[in-house]
Amino acid sequence: MKKQLLATIVGLNITAVAQAATPSMEEMWQMIQQQQGEIATLKQQLRNNDARIQETEVIAEATISAVEQISMAPSASSKTTFGGYGELHYNSLDRDDSSASKDEMDFHRFVMFTGHQFSDNVRFFSELEVEHSVAGDDQPGEVELEQAYIEWDLASQHSAKAGLFLLPIGVINETHEPNTFYGTERNNVEKNIIPATWWEGGAAIKGEISEGLSYDAAIHSGLFLDAGEYKPRDGRQKVGKARADDFAFTGRLKYTAIPGLEIAASVQIQQDVRQGEGETIGGTLFETHVAWQRDDFQLRALYAQWDFDSAINNIAAGADEQTGFYIEPSYRISDNIGLFARYSEYDNLAGSATNTAVEQVDIGLNYWLHPNVVFKIDYQNQDTPTETGYDGFNMGVGYSF
Amino acid sequence: MLKQLYRAALLTTAAACFVFTSLASFSVNAKGVYQSGPDFFTEVFAQQQAESKVLWLTPEIRSQAAAIVGHPVRGLRIRYHQSDSKTAWILEEIGKEMPITIGVVVEDDVIQQVKILAYRESRGGEVRYPAYTAQYKGAALQEDYQLNRNIDGITGATLSMWAVNKVAALALYYHAAVNQSSATHQP
Repeated sequence: MKKQLLATIVGLNITAVAQAATPSMEEMWQMIQQQQGEIATLKQQLRNNDARIQETEVIAEATISAVEQISMAPSASSKTTFGGYGELHYNSLDRDDSSASKDEMDFHRFVMFTGHQFSDNVRFFSELEVEHSVAGDDQPGEVELEQAYIEWDLASQHSAKAGLFLLPIGVINETHEPNTFYGTERNNVEKNIIPATWWEGGAAIKGEISEGLSYDAAIHSGLFLDAGEYKPRDGRQKVGKARADDFAFTGRLKYTAIPGLEIAASVQIQQDVRQGEGETIGGTLFETHVAWQRDDFQLRALYAQWDFDSAINNIAAGADEQTGFYIEPSYRISDNIGLFARYSEYDNLAGSATNTAVEQVDIGLNYWLHPNVVFKIDYQNQDTPTETGYDGFNMGVGYSF
Repeated sequence: MLKQLYRAALLTTAAACFVFTSLASFSVNAKGVYQSGPDFFTEVFAQQQAESKVLWLTPEIRSQAAAIVGHPVRGLRIRYHQSDSKTAWILEEIGKEMPITIGVVVEDDVIQQVKILAYRESRGGEVRYPAYTAQYKGAALQEDYQLNRNIDGITGATLSMWAVNKVAALALYYHAAVNQSSATHQP
């Protein structure tokens, strides 16, 4: 009985609670209206947020673009470029007849490049060099302007330049940064026959005839051999108030269509290396070379020959023909170390009946601390008919940037 | 005889200068630009639907990219195109003085194509020859972030060759970074 009474009381309470929690139709309608209002508000907030997100994306894009433009746009100063190279040499050499030795430390070259891009198709380039560290009266070195020219593009594959420029002859005359060649000192053939480094003042054009076949042609100041001189190296006037009674012409064809292979031939015609003084002496230089790289192996070979009018024999017998050649195999044993050997021979009196050739064998290695920084060590054995050749070690450090 | 040769050469050169100067008026701006970026992407993805994407240069990516090219990398992001596992990049690197614009296509972490789109240096333009750029096809990135093969160089074009090598390695690294990033974000 008690249990039935208890159940009845509990049931009545639940019903009362349930009746109290159930809203009426009117309340339900109000709740729905209220929720609709909230949904509408949320929708509006969502639309506002979408708009803000889009606006933020636009602002972010504009900001990023502006930052990129500022950070990546070439500034006025970037139109002017600066670079350079240099090399310190140590030579420890003894003459074959033991009458002399050469033990010296020499900052052989300190070079600064400056270039300026006037427009897309007009530019300036220059190279200023201090040789042997100290220049001046009774000092071993000199300050030289080796390049200073204006170059402009004539057409898509053709350009011209005017000013003071390196002549397009040989391997190292135009590209001679120390990290680009083997051996502490530059090879004797290009130095004494061509003679590198060789620059003149004038005008030139260059371009591509077809893919991999390029040409150079230049009209420029010529050599001047003063009284008693017969070697081309002595005739370089370095464009310093240079005698220009007679100009010279240089032409080159270069084939580079196959990766790793360069074959080139240059011809130069000198109208009169006496520049109008005394008997006229004309001259023609022919130079050809091949540079071939396959994987870690590289081979460079060069031949150069001067033919002067026979009148030069009145200065030095046999100077009417001056020749030289070298062959230089090398092998890169790692990314940093390369070994080389070079056999070279040159003769500034090759037209004479007697043997006057200078032979030299070099072996050594380059160690690249960085692709632009190189240490070098090599041994040279030089032989001349008069026992005046120098043998010994050369060491050096060089850089370019 | 020598004087005659000299005069002939003088006249020939002068005539050539005149002809080229005449040509200059209408073709001077063509110098150096061989293909535009959009044309390159169109050519690369001719048969595929490619999506234009952006790789943000996070501090980690920026640091590694700088190590590969040897100098700080400019900009905040790199735009590229992608279709499946194939990505195409247009990157610039200075050879000696002027930037070389280079297109690189990478698929499955291997270079499919390197193409010089613009070359502005005075010397070393031989790197744009297809015979040269074909050497990069099949190259991949080693653990030290160097290319896994030798590239036969061109005498006198060493700096340009280094620039192309750097860009090829950089594109391979960016490709790997993109794939690593998308793999991370996969559910």
